[in-house]
Amino acid sequence: MLNSSSVLEFKSTTFFTPILILNTNDIAAIEQTLQEKISMAPDFFKHSPLVIDVRELNKSELDFNVTEIVETLRRIGLFPIGLRGGTEQQNSQAQKLSIPVDAGRDHDAGALAQHDRRAAVATDAGNENPTAESMNGEDKNPKATATSATADLPVQSVAPVQPVRTMLVTQPVRSGQRIYAPGDLVVMSQVSAGAEIMAEGNIHVYNTLRGRALAGVQGNTSARIFCLDLQAELVSIAGDYKTSEHITKTTQKKPVQIYLQDHALIINEIA
Amino acid sequence: MARIIVVTSGKGGVGKTTTSAAIAMGLAKKGHKTAVIDFDVGLRNLDLIMGCERRVVYDFINVINGEASLNQALIRDKNCNQLFILPASQTRDKDALTLEGVGRVLEELAKEFKYIVCDSPAGIEKGANLALYYADDAFVVTNPEVSSVRDSDRMLGILASKSRRAERNEEPVREYLLLTRYDPNRVKSGEMLGLDDVQDILSLQLLGIIPESKSVLTASNAGIPVILDDKSEAGLAYQDVVARYLGEDRPHRFIDDKKGFFRKLFGGRL
Ligand SMILES: Nc1ncnc2c1ncn2[C@@H]1O[C@H](COP(=O)(O)OP(=O)(O)OP(=O)(O)O)[C@@H](O)[C@H]1O
Ligand SMILES: [Mg+2]
Repeated sequence: MLNSSSVLEFKSTTFFTPILILNTNDIAAIEQTLQEKISMAPDFFKHSPLVIDVRELNKSELDFNVTEIVETLRRIGLFPIGLRGGTEQQNSQAQKLSIPVDAGRDHDAGALAQHDRRAAVATDAGNENPTAESMNGEDKNPKATATSATADLPVQSVAPVQPVRTMLVTQPVRSGQRIYAPGDLVVMSQVSAGAEIMAEGNIHVYNTLRGRALAGVQGNTSARIFCLDLQAELVSIAGDYKTSEHITKTTQKKPVQIYLQDHALIINEIA
Repeated sequence: MARIIVVTSGKGGVGKTTTSAAIAMGLAKKGHKTAVIDFDVGLRNLDLIMGCERRVVYDFINVINGEASLNQALIRDKNCNQLFILPASQTRDKDALTLEGVGRVLEELAKEFKYIVCDSPAGIEKGANLALYYADDAFVVTNPEVSSVRDSDRMLGILASKSRRAERNEEPVREYLLLTRYDPNRVKSGEMLGLDDVQDILSLQLLGIIPESKSVLTASNAGIPVILDDKSEAGLAYQDVVARYLGEDRPHRFIDDKKGFFRKLFGGRL
């Protein structure tokens, strides 16, 4: 007879799921905003699993229908895999849709992680996903925009919360390549036109930036981009962006820092 | 240890096959046993440029499929007995090339040859990826124009992420720039990018600049790699490329349009 371990195995792994914090119950606005986000980083968002966070909605006593939200998300190609901060009634709605719920007791690895932990038998600390470490700690404040995805909850089972790590890239980032850093991103080489670098935190490019750079991609509005030679196709912080067409001549080919102020991207030469 | 060189570009028609033929001949002429493989299934023309098209019996795909041995398929070059050509199939479809099959053939070649030059097809699809997968060194052939430079950059990205060396986390593929079809007059008039512009974008080690030269077409019509033409600037430039690749330090030439100076000096023709 087969022993149980040859039939199946439980492993605890760490993986990373964006949290979608809803600040409005306006389905049309949610859908439109999400479509915009997706069009900015289609590969990243397409088929992305996510956890729906409705705490803000309930706090503001905004009425909504879980099924409707789930269906909207699925229709635009996202995979909701959890509900956080729902009421009893909302939770039971979610469970009918086979979506696990998190009672929302605490802010970090909550019931969803518990849910996972029950299955954890063998402990395999090795991260399968290089972006899995350090998902905590970015801007947790819901933004004024309709939606914002914040990666403040790792669906993880074993590893204790680690500080956000900086990703260091020393090779050139060539056209067609994409880099995603769960924390800050430091690039020592050039970033070519047609390349895309993204970070949940800040981006530093100690060389020429010709491609697209998106900082604060999970909604961190205080993220910044620094580069030695700005020739970017697009720069974005927390979803607010400028294309090369709108980057003024005075800051082109200059060392700059880029930050967000009242939803406006400010590009300043670093003297 | 054999070294596998891929000649790649992304964009088509920039001079990969011309370059593959030239450097394979150059390396062989220096006494290194060299094989050059045509990866361009269905569009073979390496054998034409090498002037051995009438001696093709078996091809690369026959060897992969076990229908012929490597020795049966390799064609010894008529000008240099250190050089062998493994032609592509004109008739098969591209899917006949498999990663595993290519790996087997390269491994067998590596036992006997010092250098294995892989002439990549254009594009960034399967054929080009197969040609570069096992590479140790990459000659990135680029014309001085924006689209070619952009495609080369793309190829460099693929080399850095999809080659075997990248996948195994080994020392990365060594990448060299070969700027071909360079016309100083058109650079001066702004029609073409200059060397500096290209280097600015790609920042790669420059192995050589091959000037635009009628002698290239003449050579390929005659089936004699242009590197054997000592009167051709392109031929001389390719000789420099091989020497630099083998570690010699040679100054770059044919960059400026010093009217007549180099031409007089080398008796070259344009
Ligand atoms: N330095 C040069 N001067 C003038 N003509 C050149 C030069 N190099 C290449 N050519 C010409 O450009 C054309 C394309 O060259 P070649 O076949 O080597 O390119 P390729 O990159 O292999 O093309 P493909 O992508 O179709 O395989 C040929 O007609 C060739 O004679
Ligand atoms: Mg060719």
